[in-house]
Formats: sequence, structure tokens, C-alpha cells
Amino acid sequence: MTVSLTIQSISAHYGKTPVLQDLSLSVAAGELVSLLGSSGCGKTTTLRLVAGFLQPTSGAIRLGDRDLTTLPAHARDIGLVFQNYALFPHLTVLENVAFGLKQRRIAAQERRQKAAAMLERVGLSGLGDRLPAALSGGQKQRVALARALVIEPPLLMFDEPLSNLDAKLRIDMRVEIRQLQRVNGTTSLYVTHDQEEAFSISDRVAIMNAGRIMQLDTPEVLYRKPANAFVARFVGFENLLSLRTIARDGALVTAEGAGGAKITLSQDDFGLIPDDFILGCRADGLSVQQEGNGLPAVLGTRTYLGRAYQYQCTTPAGDIVANGALSEPMAAGSAAVLVPAPEQCCILTPEL
Amino acid sequence: MARSVHPALIAFTACVFLFLLAPLVIIIGSAFSDTSYLTFPPQGLTLHWFWNIFEIEAFRTTAITSLELALLGTALSLLIGIPAAYAISRYRVELPSWLSTLFVLPILVPEIVFGFSLMKSVTIGLGLPIFPSLLIGHALLVLPYSVRVVSASLASFDFSIEEAAISLGCPPLKTFLTVVLPNIRAGVIAAFILAFITSINDVSVSVFLTGPGISTLPIQILAHMEQFFDPTIASVSVLLMLVTVAVMAVVEATLGLTFLTK
Repeated sequence: MTVSLTIQSISAHYGKTPVLQDLSLSVAAGELVSLLGSSGCGKTTTLRLVAGFLQPTSGAIRLGDRDLTTLPAHARDIGLVFQNYALFPHLTVLENVAFGLKQRRIAAQERRQKAAAMLERVGLSGLGDRLPAALSGGQKQRVALARALVIEPPLLMFDEPLSNLDAKLRIDMRVEIRQLQRVNGTTSLYVTHDQEEAFSISDRVAIMNAGRIMQLDTPEVLYRKPANAFVARFVGFENLLSLRTIARDGALVTAEGAGGAKITLSQDDFGLIPDDFILGCRADGLSVQQEGNGLPAVLGTRTYLGRAYQYQCTTPAGDIVANGALSEPMAAGSAAVLVPAPEQCCILTPEL
Repeated sequence: MARSVHPALIAFTACVFLFLLAPLVIIIGSAFSDTSYLTFPPQGLTLHWFWNIFEIEAFRTTAITSLELALLGTALSLLIGIPAAYAISRYRVELPSWLSTLFVLPILVPEIVFGFSLMKSVTIGLGLPIFPSLLIGHALLVLPYSVRVVSASLASFDFSIEEAAISLGCPPLKTFLTVVLPNIRAGVIAAFILAFITSINDVSVSVFLTGPGISTLPIQILAHMEQFFDPTIASVSVLLMLVTVAVMAVVEATLGLTFLTK
């Protein structure tokens, strides 16, 4: 039985400081949604509100047809996986996993069987009698995962579960978490500050900033079509140029930016272009060429990236990072044009 | 190769140890002296003064009172101190920072003043009988130790463990008893021992609160000395030392002494 999680316009304060403002979010049954953002953006606060460790000042939280808003934390029936594992140091691995079953008054024998079976699923059979202190970081997180899964919760929540692991283990673990979540079909909320982790593991990702969700979408859409300048910068559009349309000729739009820099873009390639817009370009999406239809620039420092050369460029519209082909390195101080490649650029409407 | 140590440093260290230990040697020596007055070096050798302690009823009854006070007072202080330490650590951000200082104040107030004010407020003010007054006095006297030592062990406790238990369906009070308490056990034991030793050795607070018919062992020792200057005092002191050493030996064997200083 899978259920959906609905967060309805919740707000939260620490003392007088608002941390979340009117945040709404829904996670469909069986879906994994990540909250992604830098520290202090409110992602952990959101998770703690759903877990019941914090109380919202307004709004409601529903899990399936249950209203969680005023339910005490221990009655919410949510599986939680913590950043620092949070295993019970005084209990063995098996007792750790069986803890939730014990609270549910499941008989000792069945408890042991279920816990042992779950330990086997996370690849830790045979370690049941050890104390958590005798385990490696990866093993600890597997125990934490088993402990959260064994109670078969309708909702699983992860609070930066992989940040204490080394890079290689992180990738292995996130694949495993995703597989277990898929197989069980458990609705999941995942908090992380790591974009790659969020994008690789999630059905949808909510990018958060200052207590709000800036955009909630599939990783593909977030990466290709950010909805605003914040998300664009977050997913790696290094250059954001504010432009204003000065002439339209069929599909062709000529726009002017600061300092009189002019550029012509085709709506066939870039989609609909409004009168005022922001052109977002990744460094890869602005190719440095000797000539062509693009933004005139003077090249500055050149660095070698392996797949391309990167140039710090000066244009009338401001400083820009752009990449050029390895076949024709260009000297600092030379003039060039920066030609935008549509698939690596986005058109944004300026925020009011 | 052993590093050479300056002879002056060795001499200085020896002096410090002599200064610390010499009085104890004198007391231990006098306890065995076969004279009717305190003297050192002991003249003759006898266990008479040790038997004498048990002959004198006042020593027996006050020893029992002291033990009762130390056990009950310490228990009472832990009953208040553990939840207080928990709240101070758990809600460090939410609670005002002077709160943890408040619990240490009894240490900062001179014990004489503390004892006198307790007499004025508890014995005279509330008109409580002697034993309850003593109990309150001792509980308050050792409360700072309970709060501080338990706080120290809570400082290294990861409260997300508590949240993990709650999220798994364990109600808060049960979580405290089955998850938090077992993990701060060492701190609670250390607090108990420190508080117990402080209580059983206390004079300044007790002297204001004892009254007709009820006294503590240290007060009885003082009273006895005013009347008889015989080696009984020394032998009681030796017994008290032995009890303290025994407690410390148990701590060392089970937990290691270093954890008292953690």
C-alpha cells in the first residue's frame, strides 16, 4: 500500500526568524522527491516538520488520508535515515534493526526473523551480533537503512544520508537506496545539498532557496529548462545576460544588452523570446570563435579543461565564461565572438 | 633512553607529595597508638581505638544517618539533576545560557553561608524536622555535581539517536529511559560517586542543620574531639579514608578513574 505525501502551505519559524514561508509540496505514491539546496535553505526544516520534530506555525501535512500536522512524532510511522546514522550504540546491529518492530509489539521470534531478513537484503547478514562501533561508515548506513525499512513505513525520509561516506561508496549506496526504494515502492523524501546525488536518485527534485521551493521538476527539465535565474545558476548556467528585444524579423530576434552589445537569436532554435529576457548560457554553450553571429568579446585568461579551453571574456555586457575548441587555442587579448548553442542555453523571463 | 629530569624538579615534586601525604601518615600512625591521647609517632601498637568506635553508640547512629543522607540526598539530586542536565543539553539553543550556571551556584556560594541560609529558610522558615532539613541541604549541596557530570556525558550524546528512536515509534519518555539513559550510564554513576563522597564528608552545611538527637558522622567526630582528645578520632578518619579508597578502587576497576575527569 503506497500513499502520497502532501505538504500544504506550511510556514515555520525559529524564534522570530521565518525559515519556511508558505511552502507546498506533494510527493506522489511511490515517488522519490529530493529537496535540494545549500545549507539554511529550509530543506532539513521541511523534513523535520514532516517527521514531527518541529511544529509548523501554519499549514497542514497529510500522508495518504492521515493528517499528520498535530500527531506526535512517535505516532507518525515514518522511516528516517540520518546523516550520522544515529544507530543505538548500546544495542547490537540486530537489536537496532528490530527496535521499531519491538515498539510495534511484534513477538521476539518474528522480530528476529524479520530483522535478520532485512539485514540480508542490505548485504549485512552475519553482522547481527556486532555493536555499531565495530562497523564501517558504509555498513552503519546500511544498518540505518535496514532499521528504517523493516517497519515497512508508508513514507521514508533521508536527511543527507550519504554525506559522511567517501565518494565511491556514495555512488554505490545511492544506487542501492534507489533500488530498494523502487522495489518496495515506498514514497520517499530525500534531503541533500549535492546536485548530482539529487538528480541521479530522484523522480523529481525541488530546488530550494531561503525557505521557498524555486522549482519542482524532473531532473531533465531542471537541467535543460530552469524556470528562473536562481535555478539556472544552481544547475550550472554560469552566464546570465539581461537582454531587451530591439527588432523582430520573422523568427529572428535582435536583442541588445548592457553596453550596447547586440546579438541575434532565432526563435526556431531558442523557443519563444519575450521582449525582456535573460539569456542563460553554460560555458559550453558559448563557443569562442574567430567570427560568426554572436556576442563580440575580448579574451582574457585561458585555462585547459581537457575537453576544451575555457576563456574569461570581457564583453560590453559584462564578464563571461566561455569555452573554445582545443584545435584552435587563442591568445589572451585577441578579439572573438561568442556564439550561443541553443541546446546549452535557456531563455528566462526576468523576475519582477 | 630516559630523558634526564632536573634534580630540583624531583625535589620539588617530593616536597609536594610530602606536604599532601604527611598529614595522612600522621593520622594513620596515631590511630594505632596505645596511648589515651593523640600522638605521633605512635607509642605501642593497638587496635583498641578501632573497637572503641563501635563501642560508642553516637558513632554508630551518626554513621547510619550519614549513609542515609548520602544515599537519599544523592538519589534526590540525581532525580532533579538528570532531567535538568538533559533539558540544558537538549534545548541548549532554546534555553537561556545562564541556566546551566544557575545549577552550579551552590558551589560558588561559601558553604558556611549556604548552610546558614538553609537553616534560616528550611529549618526555621518552613519549620521542617531535622532529618528532612538535612536531606534537602545535602541534595542541594551535591546538585551541582549531578548536573555538571551528567551534562558532560550528555555533551557527547548525539540527540539524533533519540529522534531515531522516536521516529521508530518509541514514545518520548520511554525513549529517554531505554535509549538516552543507557548511553549516559557512566556519567550518572560518576555523578553518584562524586555526590556521595561530597555528602558523606560534609561539615559546613550539616553543622547548621543538625540538632538534638540527629547528627552526621563528621559532626560527631568534631563533637567527640572537643571532649576527648584520644586516638578514636584518628581511627574514624582512617575508616573514612578506607571507604573512600574502596569506592575509588571500584570505580577504577569498572570504569577507569580517567572518566571522572572527562
